[in-house]
Amino acid sequence: MDRREHLKLLLAGGVGAGLFLATGCSQEDVQQSEEILRDAGFGYGRADYEAEHDKKLLADTFFTETEFEMVKVLSDIIIPADEESGSATDAGVPDFIEFMMKDYPPFQLVTRGGLMWLNNQCNSKFGKTFLDCTEPERLEIIDLIAWPDRAAPEMQFGVRFFNRMRDLVATGFFTSQMGVEYLDYRGNRPGFWNGVPDEVLRNHGLEYDQKTLDECIKEEDRYRIAEWDDDMNPV
Amino acid sequence: MSFEINVPKEKYDVAIVGSGAGGGMAAKVLSEAGLSVAVLEAGGFYDPAQEEYRTQLRWPWESPRRGANTVRPFGDFDAAWGGWELEGEPYLRKNGTSFDWFRSRMLGGRTNHWGRISLRFGPKDFKRKSIDGLGEDWPIGYEDVKPYYDRVDKLVGVFGTNEGLEDDPDGYFLPPPKPRLHELYLKQAAESVGVPVIPSRLSVLTRRINDDRGACFYCNQCNRACNVYADFSSGTCLVQPAMKRGNVDLFTNAMVREVLTDGNGLAEGVVYINTKNLQEHRIEARVVILGASACETARLLLNSKSAAHPNGLANGSGVVGRYLHDSTGSDRMAILPALFNRERYNEDGVGGMHVYTPWWLDNNKMDFPRGYHLEYWGGMGMPLYGTGSGMDSMRQHIRDEFGNSSPNGGYGAGLKKDIRTMYGSAVGISGRGECIARYDNYCEIDPNVVDKYGIPVLRFNYTWSEHELKQAQHMHETFEEILTAMGGILVGEKPGAERDYGLHIPGRIIHEVGTTRMGDNPATSVLNKNSQAHECKNLFVVDAGSFVSQADKNPTWTIMALSWRASDYIVEQMSQGNL
Repeated sequence: MDRREHLKLLLAGGVGAGLFLATGCSQEDVQQSEEILRDAGFGYGRADYEAEHDKKLLADTFFTETEFEMVKVLSDIIIPADEESGSATDAGVPDFIEFMMKDYPPFQLVTRGGLMWLNNQCNSKFGKTFLDCTEPERLEIIDLIAWPDRAAPEMQFGVRFFNRMRDLVATGFFTSQMGVEYLDYRGNRPGFWNGVPDEVLRNHGLEYDQKTLDECIKEEDRYRIAEWDDDMNPV
Repeated sequence: MSFEINVPKEKYDVAIVGSGAGGGMAAKVLSEAGLSVAVLEAGGFYDPAQEEYRTQLRWPWESPRRGANTVRPFGDFDAAWGGWELEGEPYLRKNGTSFDWFRSRMLGGRTNHWGRISLRFGPKDFKRKSIDGLGEDWPIGYEDVKPYYDRVDKLVGVFGTNEGLEDDPDGYFLPPPKPRLHELYLKQAAESVGVPVIPSRLSVLTRRINDDRGACFYCNQCNRACNVYADFSSGTCLVQPAMKRGNVDLFTNAMVREVLTDGNGLAEGVVYINTKNLQEHRIEARVVILGASACETARLLLNSKSAAHPNGLANGSGVVGRYLHDSTGSDRMAILPALFNRERYNEDGVGGMHVYTPWWLDNNKMDFPRGYHLEYWGGMGMPLYGTGSGMDSMRQHIRDEFGNSSPNGGYGAGLKKDIRTMYGSAVGISGRGECIARYDNYCEIDPNVVDKYGIPVLRFNYTWSEHELKQAQHMHETFEEILTAMGGILVGEKPGAERDYGLHIPGRIIHEVGTTRMGDNPATSVLNKNSQAHECKNLFVVDAGSFVSQADKNPTWTIMALSWRASDYIVEQMSQGNL
């Protein structure tokens, strides 16, 4: 039996990922078990009413095809690919934005209206819609609204619209797997916190004082059942 | 995979309403004493070790909203079923005042997602009126509760350090985790302006305390409830173990609507509505214990009227619902440029701060009577909804090698890099303080509204007094002093009088207490010093309703200590034939 099949069997027996963690299995095992459980339709810890709500939102569509194309173009203007990672659309950000429109309805009017406003600007200036504009033309309009401190007062609506899009695109990207890897977040895995690495402490000119070193938890003690002396001190 | 009961015994020794900190502790102590116990929980069964409930160790992209708080108020992975508003279960406010009420309907209640900050009250906290003339003294003192705090420490587990502080007493602590980088910066800055910083006190198991619970593996997600039970929640650490040992029947989805009394005004049991099929059931018991949460317990008493208790059960004094008070709370954030482009490593740590500041000043020298403690936050946490936003105003703080500011807003590869540069550089301080209990802050039954179960609902009347406002003003001076001393760039403006000095709306700190307070005088209190109703000797309250004053401490540890104490008293009284 291969490892994945073995894990499947264990999990079918009701062993949660927690047991794996407690028994010190490999990171790969944890990841595989999570995939198996996800495939089995466990969701991510939803109560029934929440699972139903999510399902309903996912089944609905808010953006028209044209709007969705505009969202894609804006997403990759805001977070483009570079030498270190893919772009916002590579990370699936437009789908996240589509979901958020339904999840938080106050986004809907201001976003739909904002996309139309962008088309109106393009029509007035270039006689064509945003999607029909060339890239330099698009950026000419975007530059009027992307820099809040130097935008003209009559561009305020556009500034607010673009601020909101920037927030949604950025948060969508940095919470995607690609974005988390680009950000180089190292947590969300079982381990032991043994303090700030020495080299980092040195770089910041900081250190742990002796009291802290003496009183804090040591890795070799974590699985030993706690006991105290008569003065309430751990032994 | 749960083991709820739906066929009740004919009569229980004890019926407990609520499965949170107070109810869970009573269930454990009383069942171990050999009593038969029914626990009634309005919400569903929950166990974070079971895969269907697990949100711990999930990645942000596993949530379609990336952890946003559109469904669960503290984010999509937070372990609280419920929130500030529950569908079909409204509450109201009176006289243009504000109060927000957080309810979590599930086994273990709010202990599944709470901050795990576990602070004993100190000797002065029980006798504040004797010190400053405000509010009321408790009918008990620290010496009465200390043995129970000791037991709770050992049973439940809490890390911290013995510092010999008078009003922040020593305990049986597990070793604390080392401070994170931003916490070292905060500690250095705070101490430079005379604010002491010590290891925090959280009920997280840095060491194992028994064979049933694991040790912390440092994922920083206690609010998601722990798969290996390395943090405290009532369901995993009290109710489920008690059920496994026997003598405890758990009724979930059981919304109690009334405490039944006999012709002599003694409690006979409770009536509950099964929230799944709306059928009504009775549970009979020799003793009824309420641990439904301070406000829900007050509501239940006020809704339990009878000839013997025309004003609501145990409410001849009219004090039920009165003296409601929540902690004060205000916060400030800064960006620390020293943390731009930080070295990356896993600094998740435990699910909360590793250091904190207990109240450190002398109120005799201040223009407000009660203290507050400081909670610190920051670090390279899991990116969740909101990460990367706000660059329309924050990007200017990033400077290139020549000292030129980045422009606010923008787009493109430069924006992407700047967000990465800023990640993990935000730090913040929250002040959490004591509000003085007042008769005029209360909840009562609204005469016109019932919930979807037909049960009359609460309405709230709550205002801050000048004491709380002055305290919050002082908090903000402290925040700025520390954040500035550490070289931080303050974000936002210091709130003034027009914004109540940044005080959160009452209820928002979720430390509401005091609605059935204890006292020696039945005319001005609901319970005696054993948490027993003055007017109904087989009725007890084990949630924070019994608090006379809340201290500048989080209430959970005191709830559990008092619940254990009340439970011991019940066992003793039963064995003497008094109950």
